[in-house]
Parts: sequence; C-alpha cells; structure tokens
Amino acid sequence: MILALLSDIHANLEALDACLAHASRHGALRFAFLGDLVGYGADAAPVVERVMEHVSRGAIAVRGNHDDAIARSPRYMNEAALQAIERARDSLTAPQKAFLAGLPLSLREGAMCFVHASAAAPERWEYVDAESAALRSIGAAGTTYTFSGHVHEQWLFTDLGERRAAKHKPAPGTSIPLGRHRRWLALVGSVGQPRDGLPSAAYALFDTEVPALAFHRVAYDHLAAARKIRAAGLPEALAYRVERGV
Amino acid sequence: MSAAELPGASPELDGFVLGERIHAGPASDMFRVRRRAAGDVPLLMKRPRTTVGAGAAALIGFETEAMVLPFLGGPHVPTLVASGPLDRAPYLVFEEVEGSSLARLAEEAPLEASRVAELGAAIADALHDIHGQEAIHLDLKPQNVLIRPSGAAVLIDFGMAHHARCPDLLAEEKRFAAGSTPYVSPEQVLGRRTDPRSDLFALGVILYEMATGKLPFGVPQTVAGLRDRLWLEPVPPRALKPDLPPWLQEVILRCLEVDSAKRYQSAAHVAFDLRHPDQVPVTQRAARSRRAGVLAQARRWWASRPAPLREPADERAAEAPVVLVAVDTMHPDDPRHPAIRDAVARILSLSADFRLILVSVVHGEPVGGAGTEAGIHLEHTIRLRHWVEPLRLGSERRMSTHVIESLNPAAALLDFARHNNVDLIVIGAPHADLQALAWWRSVASAVTANAHCSVHVVRTPRG
Repeated sequence: MILALLSDIHANLEALDACLAHASRHGALRFAFLGDLVGYGADAAPVVERVMEHVSRGAIAVRGNHDDAIARSPRYMNEAALQAIERARDSLTAPQKAFLAGLPLSLREGAMCFVHASAAAPERWEYVDAESAALRSIGAAGTTYTFSGHVHEQWLFTDLGERRAAKHKPAPGTSIPLGRHRRWLALVGSVGQPRDGLPSAAYALFDTEVPALAFHRVAYDHLAAARKIRAAGLPEALAYRVERGV
Repeated sequence: MSAAELPGASPELDGFVLGERIHAGPASDMFRVRRRAAGDVPLLMKRPRTTVGAGAAALIGFETEAMVLPFLGGPHVPTLVASGPLDRAPYLVFEEVEGSSLARLAEEAPLEASRVAELGAAIADALHDIHGQEAIHLDLKPQNVLIRPSGAAVLIDFGMAHHARCPDLLAEEKRFAAGSTPYVSPEQVLGRRTDPRSDLFALGVILYEMATGKLPFGVPQTVAGLRDRLWLEPVPPRALKPDLPPWLQEVILRCLEVDSAKRYQSAAHVAFDLRHPDQVPVTQRAARSRRAGVLAQARRWWASRPAPLREPADERAAEAPVVLVAVDTMHPDDPRHPAIRDAVARILSLSADFRLILVSVVHGEPVGGAGTEAGIHLEHTIRLRHWVEPLRLGSERRMSTHVIESLNPAAALLDFARHNNVDLIVIGAPHADLQALAWWRSVASAVTANAHCSVHVVRTPRG
C-alpha cells in the first residue's frame, strides 16, 4: 500500500492539489497529513476543508504549531506569521476550527508514528534537524518509522545503534529501501512553503510493503499562490518565500 | 536453523535451490544456487553468517551491498537477481560472473609492465563506470576484482561502498569502515567516505603490487600503523624493480598521492595514461629512486598531525571530463580551425580539471609502419602541437596528441572515443558548400549520430 506523507501545507491550495494529484498518479491509496495545514498562505479554509474530506475517508492527520495557534496565538511567532494566523482565524468556520483543535499531537499506527515536530515532546515544537534530536524522537516514538515535518526540508535519519545516527539528504524521485530491522525518521519537507531555494512542493510516498520511501518535488503554479497571498493583503515576505522557495 | 543446514538434499530458500558452498568468508558464505522454476543462468547466493540478533554491526556490510547494488548496472558490476529482507532471511543472489580473480593473477607478480597496464586500465574503466553511477567502491583490492575472458574488469563486494542516493550506514562507523588495510586511502583512514579518488589510491596500491610483487605500505596491524599513510611515502617501484618503465612509476605514484587533489582526478584519466604510455607526462615522480629524505618525511609527518589532509572544497570537482577534439590536419588552412579552438577554450574554462585529446585522422590503411608512414605521423603530430599552442595550456600534462590512419574517419574517431572514456567530442561542422548535398555523408553527422557521448559541433559564420 502506498501512503502519501504531506506536511506543512500552510494554506497553499495550489501546492496541495498538485501533490495530491502527483500522489494519486503514483498509486497512493492513503494519505497522512503531518501538521501545519494553515498559516503563512492565503487559503486556510479550502485547505482545511480538503484535509477534512480525506480524514473522513480514513486519512491520518496530526496537529502542527500553526494549527495550534488558531485557538491561541503563541508568543514565539513573528509578526508576519501572526498576521496569517489572525486572517485564518477569521476565515475558518467553527467546525473547521474544532477539527484543528481536535487533532492529536502524535499518532501511532502499527510500525509508524506520525508527529509534526519531535515525538519526544510534540507540544514543544522542537526542530529535528540534527542526529541527536532525531534519535530522541525515534526513541520516544518507539516505532520502526517516524514521519515528521516542521523543518521544511527533506531529510532521512537512521538509527545506527550506540547513540549514533546517519543523516541523508535524499535525491528527489529515488526510492530508498527502509529495512524493518532498523528505525528510521523521515522529514518529508514542506508542501506549501519549501525553503531550500526551489519553489517546488515537497512531500514523500511510503510503500509499506517493500518497504521503501521516495521523496518527491512537484512543480506547481507557485506564482499563483504568491499572488493570492499579496491579494489577501498578507505580508510581502510571505509571498516572496513562496515565489522563490526561500 | 538456516535453509543450508536443513537435512536432506536440495534445501530451498525463496524458490532458490541451494547447491554447494563455494566460499566461506569471515562474514558470509557463498553458495551455488539455481532457480526452481527454470533458467540455466548460473547463480550465486551470498548469505551472512550472523543474524540480526547476533549484532547488527556485523550485518552492515551486507546491508550496504543490498542497498547499493540495485542502483548499479552495466558490465562492470555483478547483476543482482534477488535479495532477501534482513529481518527475515537475508541473502543476495547474483548472476555468476565468468572470469578469474585478480588475486590469482596478482600471485604471479611482478608482472610485465604491459600486463600491469592492461589490467590496470580495465580496472580503471570499471571504476569510471561506477563513479559515473554515483557510487564509490571504497574496498578495492585484488580479491574484489574479476577479469572476464574479454579482459574487462568486474568489481565485486560492495559491502563498504558509498552511493550518493543511499543513506550511508557506515558514515559514523569508525571501527571497520576503512576497507582492507593494505589498500585503504589516507582520507578513508580519517573516516571520509565521499571521495571517488579514494578508489584511485587503492588502484595505485594494486598497480604497485602487480608491478613489483610488494605492497607499498605493507599490511598495517594497528590504527597507528594505518595512520602512517597520512604522510608516509612508499619506496618508489623502480627502486624495487629497476626495469620498470618510468611512465608506470609516474602513474602509480600519482595514484598514491596522499592529497587526493594531487592524484588523478578521474579514473578515465588513469585508464587513458595506462593505454598510452608514450603520452604520459613524466615528472619528478618517475625519476625518484628512493623515498624522500628523513627531514622531508618528518616535515610531512608533522604537517599531518593536527588537521591532516585539507577538506576538499568540492568533491564533485573530481568530475574531470575527457574531451576529444577532432582536428583536420590535412587542411591546416581550413577556416574552421580558429572557431573549433575557441569552442575548446570555452569548454576547458568550465572544468577544474580535464584531459584534452587531440586526434587527427589521416587517410590511409590503419597500419603502424615504418619509413614514410612514420614521417607522415610526425608531420601531423607537429601540426596538432601547432594547433593547440594558442590555447596556452602551459604544461602538457593534461593534453595528448594522436594521429590515426583510417579510411573511415568517423568510425576511427568513434572507436577511439569509446575506448578512452571520452565525455565530449568537439568536431567541426561540414563545409557550407557541402551542407545541402552531403551533410548526411559528412564525418560530423556520422559522429553525432553514433557517438556514445555528447558531441559539440562547431559551425563558423558563413563568410
């Protein structure tokens, strides 16, 4: 079974639809949304609606820090991010807000754990960007596979034992076998706001039977998404990021 | 209990019928197998001796090979037929390669220089091929090289290999990630696993061994002994075998440079030099008759201590193309010459390192004769030197000239390019007055249509 792993959509409907279409073409039968459906982008309500539809049909979804911020603005967020949160708060319906508030921080299913940031303390929104943080998250998850987002980059970590981990920069489109005898943590990248200089949306497909993971980059109409951010009167910096992928 | 230990005849595993055990190694066993279904292709199955429970570390090499091999193909690697999951029944099934182990051939060392060059070029071809597929072998030694009856080399045992598209399970492994001690490169001793030039160092050790019958650094038994490689200079091969030609010592010692930036930058360049001894630029390396003096070695040892070996700026800079330029020396006044030279200058300016091959195909039967033919050869060689002079390449180290006699220039160029791992052919477009009628007959079109590599066709503005 092929499972699509999508994280950090950030209210970017164009990017989400492009990834969903790409995933369907590649045989994805199930979807997991790893948090931050909203924030930064212009289309919070349509994105949440799309994800709610998928969840009603059995998709997995966990809560990200931006989803969490809809209920209560946190102090750590910058001005631009807060503006986007306030705008989303105005546009989301009550059931949509309730959906976001009701999402679990992490979810385990069989050999897989889904969490937005670190499984070690999901509510602290720690950035899992180094081997030590990856090992903590893998250890806390206790599962063979941990799938996360939050960092907005694609990385694959492997627990090598004896408190050591390998960190691998995946090549898009390459299927990497993830043997069941090891524990793995994959950061699947950001659908709606990639930050590595490429505007293409990032996500991953996990083939649970092989088992193998393929990271993907999907070109989409990022200029349209940026235009919508400007038209909505959101800060220019947010449009610029989507336009340039920075 | 493993399938091989089951009582009775013909134990099976995943549809493979196990035959005799043909090799028992420290970490794995090799069995002859055949498919139950059908098929007469001889197959081999490699099975690790330990299980996951016995310690995952012992399985890393096996796991690495299972991960890397599916990314590789072509005539220089074994064909992987099937693999079993490590958590259930780990195994790898390969097609059996017909060939003899280089280890057996090396037993007869010292070998003739021409034989050393022939075997070395075959191994360099194989390395060039896997490097082009984003892999680095990192455990090159005679036991891991098979020579097919055709003379081509096949690299086996990718248990230490690195592939750019795979997680590197050995990246953090300090204990046993360093390959076999006589052959391992200085940077591997320091734990670096991403430099393709490490394989060229190991190739240098193999060449040294085949040429002299001795290992340049012995068989170190300790980590300290292994670290000597960061500064120790081997005894020059000619000191052990005075009749060894200087060009071969040049090639060997260049492969064995401690700093990978001073080695050959591409396996294709090693193959080229081993196939064209007369074109090897001989430096002071070839002239060495003994190791550097005590003082010089002490200086190198001191320099290697705090931060041995500088971090390479960009290992991908090791991509050093082989560029072949077809130069028509029969018509030295042809207006296309300056345009082709300009194009070559632009191409070379984009590469940190390169190998430039100038080829002139002159009309004639392809026989290497004496008398007037030698005179014709010399005349065209001189014309090639004149042609390249304005490029001011400085030292001639990265350039060679070749005059080939042939009745079919396109075929001769293509053949030469294929056998020398050429990455790019630069050639002039046909004359304007020929274009309408005979483009399809021109050398440039035949080369463009049939080349194994990229072709840069240079056109002059219509005058």
